[in-house]
Amino acid sequence: MYSKRHYIAGLFFVCGLALATAMQSRAQGDRPKPDFVEVPAGTYWPLLKNTNEPSEVAVEPFRLQAAPVTNAQFLEFVRTHPKWRRSKVTRLFADNNYLQHWKDDLELGPKAPPNAPVVNVSWFAARAYAAAQHARLPTIAEWERAAQPGFTEVDGRRDVVWTRAVEAWLAVPTPEIEPNVKQTRANFLGLYDLNLLVWEWVEDFNTSMVTGDSRGDSTLDRNLFCGAGAAGARDPSDYAAFLRGAMRSSLRADYCLPNLGFRCADSL
Amino acid sequence: MKKFSRLLAAAALIAVALSSQAARAAAESETTASSPPGSGIPANLPIEHAVLTQAPNVPPPITRKTPAHVIVTIEVKEVTRRLADNVDYWFWTFGGDVPGNFIRVREGDYIEFHLNNHPSSKLPHNIDLHAVTGPGGGATSSFTAPGHGSQFSFQAINPGLFLYHCATAPVPMHVANGMYGLILVEPKDGMPHVDREYYVMQSEVYTTGRYGETGLQGFDQTKAVDENPPYVIFNGSVGALTGDKTLSAKVGETVRLYLGNAGPNLVSSFHLIGEIFDNVYVEGGTSAVQHNVQTTLIPAGGTSVVDFHLDVPGTYILADHSLFRAFNKGALGMLKVTGPENHGIYSGKEVDAVYLGAAAPEATAAGRREATLQAQIDAEMKSNPKIAGLTKEAQISRGKQIFMSSCFACHQPDGMGLPGVFPPLAKSDFLMANRERAIRVLWKGLSGPVTVNGKEYNSSMPPQELTEQQAADVLTFVTNSFGNSAEPFTVDEIRKVHQDTSPH
Repeated sequence: MYSKRHYIAGLFFVCGLALATAMQSRAQGDRPKPDFVEVPAGTYWPLLKNTNEPSEVAVEPFRLQAAPVTNAQFLEFVRTHPKWRRSKVTRLFADNNYLQHWKDDLELGPKAPPNAPVVNVSWFAARAYAAAQHARLPTIAEWERAAQPGFTEVDGRRDVVWTRAVEAWLAVPTPEIEPNVKQTRANFLGLYDLNLLVWEWVEDFNTSMVTGDSRGDSTLDRNLFCGAGAAGARDPSDYAAFLRGAMRSSLRADYCLPNLGFRCADSL
Repeated sequence: MKKFSRLLAAAALIAVALSSQAARAAAESETTASSPPGSGIPANLPIEHAVLTQAPNVPPPITRKTPAHVIVTIEVKEVTRRLADNVDYWFWTFGGDVPGNFIRVREGDYIEFHLNNHPSSKLPHNIDLHAVTGPGGGATSSFTAPGHGSQFSFQAINPGLFLYHCATAPVPMHVANGMYGLILVEPKDGMPHVDREYYVMQSEVYTTGRYGETGLQGFDQTKAVDENPPYVIFNGSVGALTGDKTLSAKVGETVRLYLGNAGPNLVSSFHLIGEIFDNVYVEGGTSAVQHNVQTTLIPAGGTSVVDFHLDVPGTYILADHSLFRAFNKGALGMLKVTGPENHGIYSGKEVDAVYLGAAAPEATAAGRREATLQAQIDAEMKSNPKIAGLTKEAQISRGKQIFMSSCFACHQPDGMGLPGVFPPLAKSDFLMANRERAIRVLWKGLSGPVTVNGKEYNSSMPPQELTEQQAADVLTFVTNSFGNSAEPFTVDEIRKVHQDTSPH
């Protein structure tokens, strides 16, 4: 198991990384990045209502990568950041499945097409990649805001074609080899693959489930089990939102899953 | 200043993320230090692996007289699986099968439970066993991301027959998609001896398409919320307990059924046509509190145990006596009992006499009109024999599948019907005389007296929920089986009658 010493070392490491990144980003300024799409201000309605939580969250305008980060893009990152190579990564920051579908440290191989979304990456690795691009991971509120539109409607719930596509994706197991990014239609904002290709890391995944109040210390409530999950649900019929919530709350920051990738965000 | 505050916020987030990670690791290492996995289980117990069976089979009775440390390992897998003939569904399963494996343990046993979620799974899953005393019935301890495994243990302190199911949000969807099964905690002294035991589980499936619509079907949230399932099934598919999968037993034997109802919405009125339950362990409890029961109620998320002695050979039908579910949605199974007849208990048909009621429909104006139409249709068929572009054999084959899911319970697998109750299809003059009438009866149902092969029947057949193609197929099957022979029915032929009789 992990020793405390490792953690303290890790804390210094990541804080240092963040500091360095932030300074760098200050030096580079907020120049627009290619393939990022501006997401206008909007509102995010948390899945569960709780007296201690706002029933809606205002989302500032921000930029989001048009598609998930690909294997090729992540390969470029590990080329320039050797400590994130599969054989070098610190176990604390990525479990044994880290990049396990790649052939080798710097070789993608047949199970990782260059334009397919990178998966089997931990939250730590995703954040490190984002920082290297002078970007960050989106928050739950931002991600959900960006994923609200359908193909042809500002509100996806009114877009039957889009709703069916999301439900169809949710219904099928993970393929052994992920298809390429941008193979589906872009949503109303010009963003690809949201809810249609892989699950995606968000910055605050581990706050996915509401805690606090009388149910505060109960894992039962936090993990949306059984009836506890439906009490206080904003819209219990939105099962896709429940599935995303359950997925996020099943994660730990070192987990590397075969259907979990990410995309970067940037503040305006 | 703005940049600085953003930097601060970033650092704070990292600190929060890391400290929660550190806290978790610390908690884990403490847990590891003081109580390694399985440490709640007494060390001196014999260790055994549970025998897990797929429905309708039940693991053998437990002969142990003392507790054991029982290891149960179940893999969660999301698979495409047959729901009905030519209909598939993406099921989420415990152990690759629907219902999940039957687990049998003894009261007082300590169960070390391993739940592994296959790497190809789209979703996290967990397990809530109603046999567990503790929060979430194990769900809090078994929440497992794809490609991960969880372990927890519990003592089976309450005997009885219990349901288990996935309890990950949204729970009803996980249950509707196939994540359920049964665990029997045998009382310390065991269950009374019977000759055969079977495992039967009812559930609903909320497909996007209507009943029988072919191809891969998805989950329909609206139908689920409305509690309006196209399918109500036993053991995970239409026909899981019919045809070559019919349950079997012999005259003189006692049979016990371990019954579960996964729901997620409907309550089952479980009935075995032609038998009376000698003992019913109501709601899966440990006392046979009721005897001589015809229909027993199984709550959604509950169970029942029934047993009965078999006195007479024949085919007995398992059904949800909410009958449209049985006849139109799939909730049918069969138990075939072989052995010597006992005419004292059941004589079979003894008298079959002519009884003249209303005039035969052949003599009516409608009957004559039908004959005229029939001639026109025959002419059309002859001039265009490949109307649907389908071979007769393929239609017969598909029609047989429909017959075995929708028709056989009344008309019987051999098409002979039941004397005085359900008319025969085999060599039936009524069926073979008039094609349009046959279509109309299938489509609109038929109530009131009819004469078939010179014998009067006065009962009711409900309209069948079929597509035009399915109607053509099943009619082609019945008019070319059981000694019958006719030209195949075409979709155009069906449609003509359909439009003619449709209210729109």
